[in-house]
Amino acid sequence: MSTVAQKRGFLAVLWDYLTTVDHKKIAILYLISGGFFFLVGGLEAMFIRIQLAVPDNDFVSAGLYNELLTMHGTTMIFLAAMPLLFAFMNAVVPLQIGARDVAFPFLNSLGFWLFFFGGVFLNLSWFMGGAPDAGWTSYASLSIASPGHGIDFYVLGLQISGAGTLIAGINFLVTIINMRAPGMTYMRMPLFTWSTFVASALILFAFPPLTVGLFLMLFDRMFGANFFNVSMGGNTIIWEHLFWIFGHPEVYILILPAFGIFSDIISTFSKKRLFGYAAMVFATVLIGFLGFMVWAHHMFTTGLGPTANAIFAVATMAIAVPTGVKIFNWLLTMWGGSIRFTTPMLYAVAFIPSFVAGGVTGVMLASAAADYQYHDSYFVVAHFHYVIIGGVVLGLLAGTHFYWPKMFGTMLNETLGKVTFWLFLIGFHGTFFVQHFLGLMGMPRRIWKYLPGQGLDLFNMISTIGAFFMAIAVLVLLYNIVITQVKNVRVGNDPWGDGRTLEWAIPSPPPYYNFKQLPLVRGLDPLWIEKMEGRTEMTPAEPLGDIHMPNNSFIPFVMSLGLFIAAFGAMYQIDWRESGGEEFVWSLPVLIIGMLITLGSMAVRSLKDDHGYHIHKEELMDDTDKGGKE
Amino acid sequence: MDDMNQKFTSRTWPESPEKTTLEGKNKFLGFWLFLGGETVLFASLFATYLALKDSVPSSDHYLAADMFALPLVFIMTMLLLTSSLTSVYAMYHMKNHNYQKMQTWLLLTVLLGAAFLGFEIYEFYHYVHDYNHTFTSSAFGSAFYTLVGFHGAHVVVGLGWFILLLVRNAKRGLNLYNAPKFFVASLYWHFIDVVWVFIFTVVYLMGMVG
Repeated sequence: MSTVAQKRGFLAVLWDYLTTVDHKKIAILYLISGGFFFLVGGLEAMFIRIQLAVPDNDFVSAGLYNELLTMHGTTMIFLAAMPLLFAFMNAVVPLQIGARDVAFPFLNSLGFWLFFFGGVFLNLSWFMGGAPDAGWTSYASLSIASPGHGIDFYVLGLQISGAGTLIAGINFLVTIINMRAPGMTYMRMPLFTWSTFVASALILFAFPPLTVGLFLMLFDRMFGANFFNVSMGGNTIIWEHLFWIFGHPEVYILILPAFGIFSDIISTFSKKRLFGYAAMVFATVLIGFLGFMVWAHHMFTTGLGPTANAIFAVATMAIAVPTGVKIFNWLLTMWGGSIRFTTPMLYAVAFIPSFVAGGVTGVMLASAAADYQYHDSYFVVAHFHYVIIGGVVLGLLAGTHFYWPKMFGTMLNETLGKVTFWLFLIGFHGTFFVQHFLGLMGMPRRIWKYLPGQGLDLFNMISTIGAFFMAIAVLVLLYNIVITQVKNVRVGNDPWGDGRTLEWAIPSPPPYYNFKQLPLVRGLDPLWIEKMEGRTEMTPAEPLGDIHMPNNSFIPFVMSLGLFIAAFGAMYQIDWRESGGEEFVWSLPVLIIGMLITLGSMAVRSLKDDHGYHIHKEELMDDTDKGGKE
Repeated sequence: MDDMNQKFTSRTWPESPEKTTLEGKNKFLGFWLFLGGETVLFASLFATYLALKDSVPSSDHYLAADMFALPLVFIMTMLLLTSSLTSVYAMYHMKNHNYQKMQTWLLLTVLLGAAFLGFEIYEFYHYVHDYNHTFTSSAFGSAFYTLVGFHGAHVVVGLGWFILLLVRNAKRGLNLYNAPKFFVASLYWHFIDVVWVFIFTVVYLMGMVG
């Protein structure tokens, strides 16, 4: 496939990616754009750490600092972590369940382009009068008062990309329910598929409250509504509730797929079936369920009263139980296993203590009474970076190394991978371990500078040095990616040699139809079962026949572009109305034109039949020799 | 599944045409899940409305009990509930491969929905004009028009959807490609109806008793 791609012109490849509905190509799009936003968010983090390296620093201004910390959080959560997880979900989940594509290939593409245009819109704020500056939580009293268009960029950008996320969530749910290969029962699904399933359900039920919250803020800021305007009867606590009803499940949306990646990696490189598979599945579902019951632990100091605080404190602590089940199952999977310390396995092993540390501080923060002391201090910053980096980012880096051969057909250099790992791990603990103590010593979060001689200097300097270690680690990874792709040494079906699940039974990268014949799944870790019986391939579940494929489409791109254009109109009509209709007269037409583009392309999609096409049996037979190399 | 445009008769037409093809099955399930998300969306809007109900800046603003009148809302409720019933008849005929009757009942559904929408526009006009109750006059106003307006926007989308489907398929009859489309559109319409039942209860009935 890729040799064919290289022979085609750049424009042809570009057009292919703009119109693709292939889950494997969409995965690459997610990986590239998520990776780009990860670098942007990382750069913002570096600016924050440089500013705080020494007391009373003037590297950035106070206003810019607020923008940096807001955009760092927003970018990392919405535009880096989630899309990168979607990259692996797209690349791997259909293969793991033995499907030829996702349930809705068109919507898959639409979800990506909505995310992409939303992310671009949000980041354009840097060049168009200033970025949002009310924190990634954007609490209403602050964000309503924020001058300029920063918050408008936040609201509209997240609204657009959030719609894409919701679509992706529904798509994975239907894919996993309806598209499993013969024999792939629920209790035979790999853990990454299970965690994708649960995370998608969380997306489905957690994103609508965010949508509503963003709409309320959009109406307040752009159309004169009064939801959060106390003098008009409004109530800012509504935003806090809606945001955290979304925001808490959101952290499980991020961490559960990472758990899934680690489960697969640990079982692969321990050469053992995952210990306590059923308990792992149950724990995943339980975490997803409890994740909706704990949002008010972000609001202990809001003043909901001791009863509410107590209930939410207990519910929060309860999540430690299924999480503990998982930790022990990972440990027991390794116990007695034949462990190979590849790069992905190193990340998995380092993840366990790092995440436990974040979990322990989580239980500390869950004690409502004690939280009054920790609240809004660097202790909280340390806690959530321990779970997000120690859990999600380590999972993403592990997944990058683990699934790279399946996505691109080349193997990332293991030595460089281990260099990245050690630099990143040391840098991560160096940056955030000391922040626990900074917080306990009373350093508040989201401050621009601190005074010298308060005992905060040393730890802040250590923290900044740690951040540089992480930055260098990422640069090594980028270098690794470049040389790997330049060398372009192709690998076979199962480059790690110990693959257990279906994705390792087909070529790397897989042909565009994935499975020539759908595989017959005979148990958990289906490829491993075949290997143990001396076969190298899956037993087919069907005779060779025609394969139905979806057509490429440019409509998702246009649909998302329309909303992107409309967002500018919605934003600048504020200025148009404030200027009494004198300036920005183009704003309302732009809003209308943008919406017409989107609605029009929806109508085209509805009116034009799209039956897809068939790959005929004969072509598939010709393809046999071009399949995978062993 | 091989030929989406295959012609059927009422004898060969499958029992659940909306779920016969894999595409149809996916659409069916995906749309149910989407409605699950929509339920949370409206739940959030209801919660916001309940928090801000009658929350006005000064005592010269009208409150829910001063404005709402049951006769108007009763007519609207009847129109929308009936439109749900007519869409059930349409789907009954769809499943029996009786295309003309399905078209007729769907057209009736659209007319009833449009009538509902007309009353809703009048209702909003009435509140704005006679009570000075606007989107920007108070938090109560913002919450009221957002909740009921979101529902109204759903009605507009539903009507547009039905009309588009009826126009597109006016001459080509039922097949396994368009049957799931009609089916999910009618699911959407039922959902709109269910939301209205809650609006009727929470906004209007509870508004009347204070």
